Amino acid sequence: MPDTNSMSEALTISWRRRATDHLMTALSVLTVVLVLAPLFAIFAYLVYKGIGSINLAFLTQTPKPVGEPGGGMANAIAGSGVILLIASLMGVPLGIGAGIFLAEYGRNRWGDGVRFVSDVLNGVPSIVIGIVAYGLVVMRQKHFSALAGGVALAIMMIPTIARTTEQMLLLVPQSIREAAYGLGVSRWRTTLSITLRTATSGVITGVMLAFARVAGETAPLLFTAFGNQFWNWRMDQPTAALSLQIFTYAISPFDEWHRQAWAGALVLIVLIVSAVAAVRLVVRHGTLAGA
Amino acid sequence: MSNQALPRPRLEAPEPEHGSRERGPKAVLKAEATTGPLLLGKVSEVPDAVFGWAIRLCGFAVVALLGLIVYQLVLGSQLSWHAFGWKFFAQSDWNPVEDHYGALPFVFGTLASSLLALIIAVPLAVGVAVFITEMCPVRLRGILSFTTELLAAIPSVIYGLWAIFVLIPLLRISVEPFLGKTLGWTGLFTGPAYGYSVLAAGVILAIMIIPIISSITREVLTVVPQHQREAVLALGATRWEMIRMGVLRNARAGIVGAVILGLGRALGETMAVTMVIGNRPQISKSLFDFGYTMASVLANEFTEATGDLYLSALIEIGLALFLVTIIVNALARFMVWSVTRGQPSKGLA
Repeated sequence: MPDTNSMSEALTISWRRRATDHLMTALSVLTVVLVLAPLFAIFAYLVYKGIGSINLAFLTQTPKPVGEPGGGMANAIAGSGVILLIASLMGVPLGIGAGIFLAEYGRNRWGDGVRFVSDVLNGVPSIVIGIVAYGLVVMRQKHFSALAGGVALAIMMIPTIARTTEQMLLLVPQSIREAAYGLGVSRWRTTLSITLRTATSGVITGVMLAFARVAGETAPLLFTAFGNQFWNWRMDQPTAALSLQIFTYAISPFDEWHRQAWAGALVLIVLIVSAVAAVRLVVRHGTLAGA
Repeated sequence: MSNQALPRPRLEAPEPEHGSRERGPKAVLKAEATTGPLLLGKVSEVPDAVFGWAIRLCGFAVVALLGLIVYQLVLGSQLSWHAFGWKFFAQSDWNPVEDHYGALPFVFGTLASSLLALIIAVPLAVGVAVFITEMCPVRLRGILSFTTELLAAIPSVIYGLWAIFVLIPLLRISVEPFLGKTLGWTGLFTGPAYGYSVLAAGVILAIMIIPIISSITREVLTVVPQHQREAVLALGATRWEMIRMGVLRNARAGIVGAVILGLGRALGETMAVTMVIGNRPQISKSLFDFGYTMASVLANEFTEATGDLYLSALIEIGLALFLVTIIVNALARFMVWSVTRGQPSKGLA
């Protein structure tokens, strides 16, 4: 800095440097305000528009044809549940298994490879995953299905769960494993009953984060689950999903549908937030609270 | 997640039981064999081997999954690749009726909206990160980082919904006419203000990528050693000078990495963009014009693609999107890693 050459200048901070300092502080406070403004705007709008539109019919009925008032998204809420259940059944065990591999068996080159690949998978756009599920399931079954949607979401869950499970397992002190080995417990028992059990709360948190992330996904469901106006409980049939229904209604030209889109969005957010919050609550009373 | 703030266990520490590579399981089994007699029973080696291989299978399933993705995309795009070759990305004629496809407008739309998003998001995200790590009272810190991360938890389709009913009217009624009047001479802000535009896509993308950029920037700034700050302050610097010279300069590579990671997210973002960009395959200088991105053409036309070549062309766009995001992400992770030196990345998920 040119202006710290002499001692006297170094001791007194010039008004210009002081002003710059204040200006930059003010600017960074401004950025915080600018970033938080849309967040509050989105939540405020969601609650304001959503609460006015939610009623019993919305939660219990299927969509009505265009022009008829009333109707709801009950089938879409149930459909989302089915798709997410399928995704979790496939994605959670595989993800946790991969996480165990990374933490317990993968501290070598193979593990590095898998670690890199799961980071890469994490960055793949969700719409591309949709194409893959389309090719894997829809093309073979010849029609859209809940199963295809579940496969797409499962692919998205696996890398997230694997990486968080790995991090949580690594937090378990090595001495606990050694204690188990010292007692003659076999390696698989140690991994499942000691290591994984100690890290349970962390692993569950990771699973819930992955769940919350895919719960609102729309893009990969567009050409896998496809959507449905009616009740459907069969895995091999097109199935409605909350996020798909919100999308369809939001881009429609009808006020009644717009209203329902807001209601659906509020339900979706409440489901996601409560799922995460519930787990946080459980985790706080878990074995390794906060670890 | 609070739990990740804890110090990491000794990863590099020797793991006598199963640290070594190939010998791992066997070494353990040997140890058990010797302790066996003490425990009165023999420990069977079979369950351990079965479990070990089942777990390895899970690990390699992840790699297989990536292979499957590549296989599906490459296989699906063969037809289009043979029909158009590299010219696919250089032609701007997207005509399903005559079965002729060029992806240039989509590439353009994706790049334009993502770059615009970066221009808006980077100063804001870095500003927030600097405020949270360097200026903010400790009590406010947790709340602020939680709220910014809450932005990341909102599903894309809800951003889109909000954009349609709040952002677009705002742009149409006040922002676009104002920009047209003041900056119209640049040519970037001309034409009728519909609201639905590349500009709208850029703004909503910016809102969506700010949490990612700012949380990783924060992570990188926290890693800058405290003595760097103290040294600069001791030379008589003001706080801003300390941040500029002691913190930001040291964290440069990591911040660039965070920005690139945000870019990766913006490139692949589908729903919110599809809902606001207007969906017309055209290349236009004005940000007020409609556009179309690679992700949104997939979202809109994939289920309607009737011909084989049409579908194949769409899958080729998907393949291109896939490759670009992989390269961008790998680059970003490398840059973040170069600053944090392999410390676990928080909030990347």
